[in-house]
Amino acid sequence: MNPVLEAKNINKYFEKPVSFHVLKDINFKIKEGEFASIMGKSGCGKSTLLYILSTMDTDYQGQLFLNNELITGQKRDILSRIRNKHIGFVFQFHYLLSEFSVLENVILPAKKLGEKSLPEIKAYAMEKLRILDIHTLADKKASRISGGEKQRVAIARALINDPAIIMGDEPTGNLDSHNSENVFNIFRQLCDDQGLSLLVVTHDKDFADKTDRIIEMEDGRIIHS
Amino acid sequence: MNWTVILHIAKTHLVTKIKQTATAALGVTFGIGAYITLVCFMTGLNSMLDDLILNQTPHIHIFNEIEPSKNQPIDLYTKIESSLNMVHSIKPKQSQKKIHNALPLLIYLNNDAKVRGATPQIKTQIFYMAGSIELGGNLTGIKVLEEARLFNFEDYIINGTTLDLQNTDNGILLGAGIADKMSLDIGDRVLVSTIKGDIFPLKIVGMFQSGIADIDNIQSFVKLKTIQRILGEAENYITDINVKLYDLAEAIPMAQRIEAQFNLKAIDITTANAQFETGTTIRNLITYAVSITLLIVAGFGIYNILNMLIYEKMNDIAILKATGFSGKDVQMIFMSQAIIIGLVGGFLGLLIGYVLSSIIDRIPFNTEALPTVTTYPINHNIWFYVIGITFAMLSTFLAGYLPSQKANKIDPVQIIRGQ
Repeated sequence: MNPVLEAKNINKYFEKPVSFHVLKDINFKIKEGEFASIMGKSGCGKSTLLYILSTMDTDYQGQLFLNNELITGQKRDILSRIRNKHIGFVFQFHYLLSEFSVLENVILPAKKLGEKSLPEIKAYAMEKLRILDIHTLADKKASRISGGEKQRVAIARALINDPAIIMGDEPTGNLDSHNSENVFNIFRQLCDDQGLSLLVVTHDKDFADKTDRIIEMEDGRIIHS
Repeated sequence: MNWTVILHIAKTHLVTKIKQTATAALGVTFGIGAYITLVCFMTGLNSMLDDLILNQTPHIHIFNEIEPSKNQPIDLYTKIESSLNMVHSIKPKQSQKKIHNALPLLIYLNNDAKVRGATPQIKTQIFYMAGSIELGGNLTGIKVLEEARLFNFEDYIINGTTLDLQNTDNGILLGAGIADKMSLDIGDRVLVSTIKGDIFPLKIVGMFQSGIADIDNIQSFVKLKTIQRILGEAENYITDINVKLYDLAEAIPMAQRIEAQFNLKAIDITTANAQFETGTTIRNLITYAVSITLLIVAGFGIYNILNMLIYEKMNDIAILKATGFSGKDVQMIFMSQAIIIGLVGGFLGLLIGYVLSSIIDRIPFNTEALPTVTTYPINHNIWFYVIGITFAMLSTFLAGYLPSQKANKIDPVQIIRGQ
């Protein structure tokens, strides 16, 4: 199996308020179709690692490969393009644009990518919404739907460009157990049915236990993977 | 760069925040509207005031100045060249007031390609006699029709016409101030006395009012022939020549050439009316200072509102960047908002400026000084509109640039992790 994402000797320091070595020699791979979770206590550097993997944080040492291509040291514009095409995000908070409808929120990254025509994008987005069972909400304003629904819309948005990997930063952190369950099942299903790779940072032991692989972190190091 | 998406997001922001958008756009609208109104009105006023003086002023005024010789005989004596000589109480030399060879000079000037026209005048001091009162005054002999053609002479005739003067041999166009003082009206006769003491009766064919009281109280006009007869001079007796050019800028070099070539005094319009130039410049300066202030205030309004919008939209900016919009894309979203506000506000401003200045153009404005002006003067110049919209775009661009630059620089990780 090809590795989708590979980190080699990632080191990161925080300079402020005092110099602090956050990530120490991080090495790991995520294979295609793998559902992995990162666990660890608060402050162990797991979110910091995720944002480095996400290409949004470029201030680190080491090398990062996506689909076997080196993405460390690329220009910001190219990184934006990589995020747009190959990486989907689901955060703890949904980050939907409140003035836009559900459908518009979902299709924004695809419109930015600009590889398909608008009707094609819309049809594809409706398909994704149907998979997540929220297609009836398509024309509602994003500010008018419930928290669980918002998170599912965020997942649909992450899926719209068929990314190589989905990254989650505590995607169930704000949800009750029923909705958490729901989100996990969606992830599981995407992984099993569509062979999608997932990397999720979580506190939730139950959630992590159900994933294929748990990467445990402590004090900036991977202690078990 | 994907403009449809960027513009779509920009539009949605503007429409959902319609009140703030309208406030920002109205700032620009009022700024531009006030600029257009002000500049149209002020330049209209300027050209009216300039016309008041400049229209009746020749571009070059040629006359024979009576002045002492610059070279006294002693200067020619070479033996004392190295020493200082002093001549006290120099008097002007005996000379004639008339321009020597005036008629050939007139023909020469009228044949010049740069000259719109050159017209002869005879100026003299006279007394207006009414009973036992003698009022001092100036009498000018003119070629009536030429004067009307070149110097808008008919604008200053309040009763009667130039033709009346042309067709009446003993006719006089009496200054309105004198007519008032002596209770004279059209058709009456007025006696004028020359300095030598000869008395002539003249028939009043019209009133002359320049709007400048000091002139209207002394100045009257007659035909060239009439004044030559009053003074007992021949047909070639001419004291002044007024020249009007096609291009005002030619006045200075041409005046210098005439002085050198014909040994006469030639005063050009810019030297004679330097203060009007200054007045015009300062009024323009004030107009632009006020307009620019208004536009800067409008610019700060836009700056403020975009800044607020960006703070409000931090999360949106973060997620847009996380899902693949580059910093430039996000910057363009906010830049295009600023530019849309500038365009809409600017064009509305042009419209309001046009409407306001058109209204001013219709307000009655009657003044003694300008018998031909009936409404407030407005100068609709297409360039004011071009400058207005350019400045609107420029100021909104600048006002949008700084906040949008900030949006470009926002680090999505900080926003997302900060939640």
